[in-house]
Amino acid sequence: MAETTHGTGGLTFDAKKRSWPNEANVFIALILIILIFEGLGAVFRDQSFLFDFNEARDGTILNMARIKIIILQVSIIGIIALGATQVIVSGGIDLSAGSVVGMTAMVTMSFAQTELVNGNPNPKALFGPAFMDLPALVPVLVGLLVGTGAGLVNGALVAYTRIPPFIATLGMMVAARGAAQWWTRGQPISFPTEGFAAIGDGMMPVVWFVGLAILFHFVLKYTVYGKHTYAIGSNEDAARMSGIKVARHKTLVYAIAGALAGFSAIVLASKNLTAQTGMGLMYELDAIAMAVIGGVSLAGGRGSIIGTVIGALIFGVIISGFTFLRLDAYYQEMVKGVIIVGAVVLDQWRQSRAALRG
Amino acid sequence: MSDIILETQGLTKHYGGVHALTDANFTLQAGEHVAIMGDNGAGKSTFVRQITGVEIPTRGKIIFDGAEQHFENPMDARDAGIETVFQTLALADDLNVPDNLFLGREIVKFNLGPFSILDYKAMREATMAGLEKTAVKIPNVNNTIRNMSGGQRQCVAIARTATFHSKLTIMDEPTAALGVQETAQVENIVRTLKEAGEPLILISHNMRQVMDLCDRIVVFRRGRIVANLRKEETDGQDVVAYITGAKTQPEYDYEAS
Ligand SMILES: Nc1ncnc2c1ncn2[C@@H]1O[C@H](COP(=O)(O)OP(=O)(O)OP(=O)(O)O)[C@@H](O)[C@H]1O
Ligand SMILES: [Mg+2]
Repeated sequence: MAETTHGTGGLTFDAKKRSWPNEANVFIALILIILIFEGLGAVFRDQSFLFDFNEARDGTILNMARIKIIILQVSIIGIIALGATQVIVSGGIDLSAGSVVGMTAMVTMSFAQTELVNGNPNPKALFGPAFMDLPALVPVLVGLLVGTGAGLVNGALVAYTRIPPFIATLGMMVAARGAAQWWTRGQPISFPTEGFAAIGDGMMPVVWFVGLAILFHFVLKYTVYGKHTYAIGSNEDAARMSGIKVARHKTLVYAIAGALAGFSAIVLASKNLTAQTGMGLMYELDAIAMAVIGGVSLAGGRGSIIGTVIGALIFGVIISGFTFLRLDAYYQEMVKGVIIVGAVVLDQWRQSRAALRG
Repeated sequence: MSDIILETQGLTKHYGGVHALTDANFTLQAGEHVAIMGDNGAGKSTFVRQITGVEIPTRGKIIFDGAEQHFENPMDARDAGIETVFQTLALADDLNVPDNLFLGREIVKFNLGPFSILDYKAMREATMAGLEKTAVKIPNVNNTIRNMSGGQRQCVAIARTATFHSKLTIMDEPTAALGVQETAQVENIVRTLKEAGEPLILISHNMRQVMDLCDRIVVFRRGRIVANLRKEETDGQDVVAYITGAKTQPEYDYEAS
């Protein structure tokens, strides 16, 4: 017998029955997509996508090599997607993340250089010896500062002017890419210290992604900051009338997104042992796609970090699935385009369904 | 004479060329329940927005609780003790009932500035107590506002003001979308406030309601106050005459002066 509370007008409510979370749907989608690739693999390649039945190499029946590649691939952009999630939930959008990655990677790397490469002076040395062989903390802090700074500018533009987020962050997208090129007149920067190289070594990007995902899951769900972010995305006027300092809060949201893009750049530069002006190109779109696939609504107010993490996995599985099917790289770019548009269409469909219900 | 809780002097709001509110001189005594009536677009909600910090008046003075106030934002007004049910309700659609009740004044476990940890349990319990106190019935407080009926939304907005102690309550058309039972409930909340001696400004188009609940009726017309009527000295027809412009009290007759 259902226990009812606060029933009104003959309505009853079963307090024990919880509604089906949206994240569960996204997770089911992930499983379905994996199954589709398994099916296609069986038909076209006579091979399993994520399983490895023949040789139990790692003592598991999973194809750990491919699974590792998938999660490694999505981790760096996934860190950006954590920031994109917050910005979109607040009702905004950040198109600058990819360029901020490029700019931050360049600046960070120039503070991470080592003086001697195999006993010879660093051929790519940018600054004098005083700026060489610094502890890894220095480039990390510089990178976070650059990313946060770019985010603050985005946030201030969005919050204190009438420039729509789309345009404000598009401006930053162009400007930050320009700054990345200006920093070394287009030259790449290489040869980081061992300390810096350790940050993105091996599976470290996954560790950072998972750690930050847990942190921001908590922040969005259990702190005042998170609650206000959802409130502003649902109804900005209501948030304002409820006493939330909307402009200040938005600035903070974009700053955090900038800091995450900056951190993503640090991990990427460290992993690649080099920084190039083109780094992070189009990452913002991949990050937005991950969030939207994961159920973050472009209309604001809805979505979660868990959803985005599953969305990132779906994104990675699809890209890896097409590689597995031996589609060449050109097809992959087109597939990405389809994923991004598809995610937005899906979001529109979800919104219209929500509107019908509400 | 009893104490004045709220007084406005020459309160004026222009939106560009639109003179939405002009020279409003309004007083509210402690414990008094005053109705504001007037046609659509008469400036009633505009008046509310000026005295609740939602907007900054073009000019004029607001004296509340014995001191002149310059509310910069709704938080200032709320901190001063003004609780408001806005006509737009000001609810966040994607949040549930406790989240909305405590929006902007969350109960926290640890204070870490913007990253303070929410105390969901305490807010939920206070919400249940508040709903009980006001007899507002919501099937499921964990439901988001998006999934609620218009009347239920209004109930949530009203419960929000009634849950917190205040020096002045303002309700802008609180029963506009409500059924018979729910309207009676809201009217009971208003009566409870009256018994507790808490002052109220009620904006309503419902003449019966106003006559039942309020001591005094202030009529707005085209951005100006045109009448200030004690309930005993007026009736429905008389009030309608002021609303439509058939009558204007001499002291408010701007056209003549
Ligand atoms: N932000 C604004 N910008 C321009 N004009 C406005 C604005 N807000 C209100 N107005 C105008 O001011 C006038 C008064 O509006 P207000 O909302 O105060 O009316 P009201 O008396 O509350 O009406 P109703 O009974 O329909 O709620 C209207 O003519 C309206 O169009
Ligand atoms: Mg109004």
